[in-house]
Amino acid sequence: MNYMLLIYGDPSKEPSYGTPEFDEMMKGYFELNEKMKADGVLRGGEGLKGVETATSLRMRSGKVETMDGPFAETREHLGGYYIVNVSDLDAALRYAAMIPAAKYGTIEVRPLMDYNPMS
Amino acid sequence: MSDSAAPAALAAIRVVESVMREDRGRLMAALIAQLRDFQLAEDALQEAAIAAITHWGKTGLPASPQGWLRTTAMRKAIDRVRQRSRATRNVADLALLAEDEAAEPACSDVIPDERLRLIFTCCHPALEEKSRVALTLRSLCGLSTAEVAAVFLDAEPTMGQRLSRAKSKIAAAKIPYVVPEAEDWSARLSSVLTVIYLIFTRGYSLGPSSRRDLCDEAIFLARLLIVLREGDAEIEGCLALLLLTHARAEARVGADGATVPLREQDRRRWSAPLLAEGLAMLHRALARRSPGAFQLKAAIAALHSAEGSTDWPQIAALYAKLYELEPSPIVRLSHAVATAEARGAESGLALIDALATELDEYQPFHASRAEYLGRLGHAAESLAAFERAIELAESVADRLYLERRRATLAATVA
Repeated sequence: MNYMLLIYGDPSKEPSYGTPEFDEMMKGYFELNEKMKADGVLRGGEGLKGVETATSLRMRSGKVETMDGPFAETREHLGGYYIVNVSDLDAALRYAAMIPAAKYGTIEVRPLMDYNPMS
Repeated sequence: MSDSAAPAALAAIRVVESVMREDRGRLMAALIAQLRDFQLAEDALQEAAIAAITHWGKTGLPASPQGWLRTTAMRKAIDRVRQRSRATRNVADLALLAEDEAAEPACSDVIPDERLRLIFTCCHPALEEKSRVALTLRSLCGLSTAEVAAVFLDAEPTMGQRLSRAKSKIAAAKIPYVVPEAEDWSARLSSVLTVIYLIFTRGYSLGPSSRRDLCDEAIFLARLLIVLREGDAEIEGCLALLLLTHARAEARVGADGATVPLREQDRRRWSAPLLAEGLAMLHRALARRSPGAFQLKAAIAALHSAEGSTDWPQIAALYAKLYELEPSPIVRLSHAVATAEARGAESGLALIDALATELDEYQPFHASRAEYLGRLGHAAESLAAFERAIELAESVADRLYLERRRATLAATVA
């Protein structure tokens, strides 16, 4: 089963660039990437630029409304994701716990929809 | 139609009811292990139970009612899957059908005990805590949905929805049907033991008047875990705690309906067999030298049950140890009370007062504050604290006790 591990965090609580904690975090991501690849579970993953670069859009009565900022005004924002292919939720949770952001943010684990019942 | 048809049908209903009550957990666990589908297992077992009533009423009881129910439920489930798979051609369904055709579903009367897997699935931390308790009561203890609803004072349809949401999540998020491995064991076991303890405390507050005594259900589950997983000190610690607490059940409410605090309880009303079993279980756990939160709580309960004067310094030390494992304000309050008893009201009260913001809505905080303020001669403050505790009291028995304490204090002041 494919799971998306959504990485939420409050940017003000993340280690800042140039500190040893930042280096530690980057090392953690690097090692996790290598481990997921070696285990053969990694299906994808990206990091997002900050919420100050976000634009939200909706269609109302046929008209496009465009707004500056993220969809929800919360302290913790989506900052990136992984997609892993593993046997069950317990396995997905084990990888989620290895994401460095789990220490200062929250990882949401969601199964991906399966559009093809034959697969 | 013979005259004996009606009594036979009635007898069949009784046997089906009793088997579904006693062995539902075992049957469900075995069916889920084969079907890998909680809802399907439940529906199929329900169908089999209905079939049993008509069938056994006509032909008499089978040699093994449990075996009959399991085999019939398995057939009903396969039928459902066959119908479903015609439409969807779902891979998992097809695999199950292939397996079924390769070998006739187990018709043996010996049902393998898969309940350890079932309890770990029901108590999975990915489910909401209330749902864990509800699902465990429904699946392992065999309570009906109506009975589970009554436990939470919920309407039956509301509880039905909660249970089906939990089962849907197990299927959709693929919560595995396994006993956790060593690396996850202690965290996951703690989730299971917490559910058992919640069932017990719920029983404690509902009292034995409810249709199913939840204290007994919790003790049943803890005993079951000990059989299924021998040699785990925390499981033994949990059972010890339940037994030691339950031993005092008869003495905890007085003839006037008010709570009787431990130090005033009539020891002759404590259950000697439960006490002895609880102590033996605690010693068995401690001998394994693998400490844990439930063992600490059981050790504290044992000290409270000991004859002679209570060893408060030791209780305070154990609460301090417990706080390292469970850093909650409630544990700190218990530690503060033990300190007050061990070293005097003044030092205890200072520790209690430090919890004022965190525990402002917690009845025992105000009750213990009132107690020590009173002992120190601060009558007005003590009365106010009793007032607040009475407002927050959740049970009639606690409220009656607190009102009496307040009246005693008011009389000494006047």
